[in-house]
Amino acid sequence: MTLARRIIPCLDTDGERVVKGVNFVNLRDAGDPAALAARYNREGADELVVLDIAASRDHRPTFLETIRRVAAELAIPLTAGGGVATVDEGRAILRAGADKLTVNTAALRRPALLTELAAEFGSQAVVLAIDAKRVGDRWEAFVRGGHDPTGCDAVAWAKEGASRGAGEILLTSMDRDGTRSGFDLPLTSAVSGSVGVPVIASGGADTPADFLDVFTEGRADAALAASIFHDAIQGLGELKRFLASRDVPVRTS
Amino acid sequence: MKISLVEYDAGNLPSVERALFRQGVQTERAATPQAIRAADALILPGVGHFGQLMRTLGARGLTAPLRDAIERGVPLLGICLGLQALFTESDEAPGDAGLGIFAERVVALPPTDKLPHMGWNQLRSVRSSVLLEGVPADAYFYFAHTYAALNAGEAAVALCDHAAPFVAALERGNLFAVQFHPEKSGDTGARVLANFVAHSAASARSSSHTDGASRP
Repeated sequence: MTLARRIIPCLDTDGERVVKGVNFVNLRDAGDPAALAARYNREGADELVVLDIAASRDHRPTFLETIRRVAAELAIPLTAGGGVATVDEGRAILRAGADKLTVNTAALRRPALLTELAAEFGSQAVVLAIDAKRVGDRWEAFVRGGHDPTGCDAVAWAKEGASRGAGEILLTSMDRDGTRSGFDLPLTSAVSGSVGVPVIASGGADTPADFLDVFTEGRADAALAASIFHDAIQGLGELKRFLASRDVPVRTS
Repeated sequence: MKISLVEYDAGNLPSVERALFRQGVQTERAATPQAIRAADALILPGVGHFGQLMRTLGARGLTAPLRDAIERGVPLLGICLGLQALFTESDEAPGDAGLGIFAERVVALPPTDKLPHMGWNQLRSVRSSVLLEGVPADAYFYFAHTYAALNAGEAAVALCDHAAPFVAALERGNLFAVQFHPEKSGDTGARVLANFVAHSAASARSSSHTDGASRP
């Protein structure tokens, strides 16, 4: 009896449609979020993440409607986020049907936001998303969808975020995102080894071996991917059977 | 039969509602003492903070009607924080009294494993169970919590291990509670909810034989 490692498909949306891009640019349409959610729920995804990567205030009602449509398809947990900067915005996302919300830019600008969200909704509902990029001999956290450097050390920020109330870290390697060259194992391992909360590894997934590596060498608690699932390059059932055959605890039923 | 979900701003209430609706079970929301007294069966969902939950129940006058319903043997299912609320108090909010149905205290899990205990885990059966009837022994359920009841006397029907062994499911008469989220646990979770609904329906039928006048 061990806590299973989680496989989490991610729907990056422009608020309404699923989009795909490489290294956060060159976005193209990849389908209807509710239809993809229904498929992943059926195929054995452990959770689902839906992000509004445009995250502009004007179309927030559209994104909330997307959350409602996605949640209606799911009998598994849903995490949603993109541009959340206040407790009220977080509440709107949870009320729309998400179980957890992600925060990124606003938390780096004002870390007390994490404490406020955790006090209101519980740490288990607060996921700190960190977009990290190799700079010299360390990783730096970037904000605004990976546009702006912060000068902030990603590992140190993960530790601070967890101590301020984040119940989980969604860690994206900007260097690997969209490249299908495998997860960033040193980054994932460094963050996972220095925080007491679960870490979701993101960015670079391609083969089943990449997932095995991120759960062993990378010490990840969960692994997230988008395009390899959307394009059916990798089936969820097949991936989990492979991991189970390598003694990684996964939910196969 | 009227199944009522206790409404106090719990984040997972719509999910529970949807999970039951998918099985063709219509539910109502109970936000007042009258609505709780009128329910044939109750579900106490829960996400969030122990202190906030108990204070909200208190402010809405729901604490006494809930205790009373449990004492009258109205079937009740507590989910996650709704399980923890059945105990006397919690490390999460020292000083805020729980419903006190069980004398034990809810404690913070030790930080020997990552916390929150977040994700899919298996159960260890302690004894036969109404809720887990027909659920495979190796089935996974979704958990998301940092606090837990380490024991519940004879009522514990299944334990889970993460950082420490804790109560994953308990039953005593018509009182049921689970630390996991059946509404987020796919088909196995749906089975747990169906088992509660079937038990509640049977209980309502048998009470209408003996007490038909007051419970139409």
